[in-house]
Amino acid sequence: MTSPSSVSKSISKSMTMGEAGLASGLAVFAFVSFLGAAMGHDAAFSFHASLACAASLISVIMIGNRYLDRPAELPPAEIGGRPNYNLGPIKFASAMAMFWGIAGFSVGLIIAMQLAWPALNFDLPWTTFGRLRPLHTSAVVFAFGGNVLIASSLYVVQKTCRTRLAGDLAPWFVVVGYNFFILIAGTGYLLGVTQSKEYAEPEWYADLWLTIVWVTYLLVFLMTLVKRKEPHIFVANWFYLAFIITIAVLHLGNNPALPVSFLGSKSYIAWGGVQDAMFQWWYGHNAVGFFLTAGFLAIMYYFIPKRAERPVYSYRLSIIHFWALIFLYIWAGPHHLHYTALPDWAQTLGMTFSIMLWMPSWGGMINGLMTLSGAWDKLRTDPVLRMMVVSVAFYGMATFEGPMMSIKVVNSLSHYTDWTIGHVHSGALGWVGFVSFGALYCLVPWLWNRQLYSLKLVNWHFWISTIGIVLYISAMWVSGILQGLMWRAYTSLGFLEYSFIESVEAMHPFYIIRAAGGALFLVGALIMAFNLWMTVNAGRASETEGAGALQPAE
Amino acid sequence: MKAIIQVENFASSLVGTLWTPVFVGIFIAIVAYALWPRNKTQFDAAARMPLSED
Repeated sequence: MTSPSSVSKSISKSMTMGEAGLASGLAVFAFVSFLGAAMGHDAAFSFHASLACAASLISVIMIGNRYLDRPAELPPAEIGGRPNYNLGPIKFASAMAMFWGIAGFSVGLIIAMQLAWPALNFDLPWTTFGRLRPLHTSAVVFAFGGNVLIASSLYVVQKTCRTRLAGDLAPWFVVVGYNFFILIAGTGYLLGVTQSKEYAEPEWYADLWLTIVWVTYLLVFLMTLVKRKEPHIFVANWFYLAFIITIAVLHLGNNPALPVSFLGSKSYIAWGGVQDAMFQWWYGHNAVGFFLTAGFLAIMYYFIPKRAERPVYSYRLSIIHFWALIFLYIWAGPHHLHYTALPDWAQTLGMTFSIMLWMPSWGGMINGLMTLSGAWDKLRTDPVLRMMVVSVAFYGMATFEGPMMSIKVVNSLSHYTDWTIGHVHSGALGWVGFVSFGALYCLVPWLWNRQLYSLKLVNWHFWISTIGIVLYISAMWVSGILQGLMWRAYTSLGFLEYSFIESVEAMHPFYIIRAAGGALFLVGALIMAFNLWMTVNAGRASETEGAGALQPAE
Repeated sequence: MKAIIQVENFASSLVGTLWTPVFVGIFIAIVAYALWPRNKTQFDAAARMPLSED
């Protein structure tokens, strides 16, 4: 198995420290998980320990197989003076993103229909709204969005630093380990395992595992930056780094918990009362700010210039609005706790910072949109670019609506109503969803070196999903404001005019429209999955890398 | 013990008072760096980074 290049050095093949260390570590972990499965206090814990045991054993076998198959030397950092980019883990994360996207949108559709027709929960504990709702949110935000972010960040950091990804097994550990976390979290929700903190439902052992994976992710990203060949660190990498670091801090801050037993799934959170609420929404809102905003702005700053073949409109603006976002976002959380036991000054602080956030948010939107200066005609011919540009428009819309809803008087009408759901989905479907779709439509052909199978299908996806979003958010706006007005309506004698159930009844038509919108969004995603599948498996090899950019002779 | 608490209170109130001007100062420095005329060529080159790779 000696390759010609290694003859001169006569390297005998041996396992790297990483391979041997990870394989033996996972073997020990498999044994510990086996004991945990046997001695677990509840069925869910034993089930999860069994999954961990099986996954660890499979990983050990795969590390061994990889070792047996590979040449003595690890892949070189450069081939012929060009960086030898590491694309395997990115392909994996991209495929998982598409898979979890379909899963998450489907579960969303199911719970939307459950709200319209409650019989659809089938009276089974595993399919109740309370268990499926966190499954939906985690699947779309963390599984779909997370895999898009991991895939795109590992791609962008290599390309803009002109260097191969740091680490050999570490990038694989990140993508596989992250998806294993999703599996544990998701199956946990179905089995009733939750710590009941919104968007932070996974129990203590899943949180610990995510911490290990996330720190590895941070190290892979940082070490790639450290060994970059470009002196300047491109702005997208700043956004990715802010996303990775802040999510680590938020995750550790919000989740300190004491398990009832180290062999059981139940734990109690360290924070109590209003402090717990404040920590929860400090986490919750910054998950929006740094996961769903900073991370996807990074995507915007790389993929829109690349696709439009135009430079970033104003690099200065990108620096200023980046730091403004970083300084402001972290204080906005208390607007989730208006008119609660949280001190009034903290509520006002949250509101004030949320309003100030409008400026840096629109700075990003303007920068994204204006990057098309001189290339606006491409919106007519390139549905992928159109998808990303419309996503930035939705970003602008959602980041105007958000500060407005954080104002206390507005919030007194909008809070606890469907208006919030509508707001979240104009950001989630319009901004995060569309910019992710655009990034995947770019990334998959680049990774597999193919031409996109069909632009026509992208066009269908775009229009079907856009109509779906419009149905969804307009239904929720009407329903939410209707709800808010009904709840605060008094008769001349000072009695509440409507009972709660009357407001529920009034929601019914809007819930049906919302489900129809969600169904269209899912149909669009299914078209996309087919398109990407055909791109990889039946697509033509691409003639040039990148969107028509001139390549130097190789 | 009392002295330690007093020192801690002093330190925490000092940090509590100072972080606002410190953060504002850092932010102003960042804005100045971003808008400094001499940095413009460097940023114009950076804006083209996605286009000029490989």
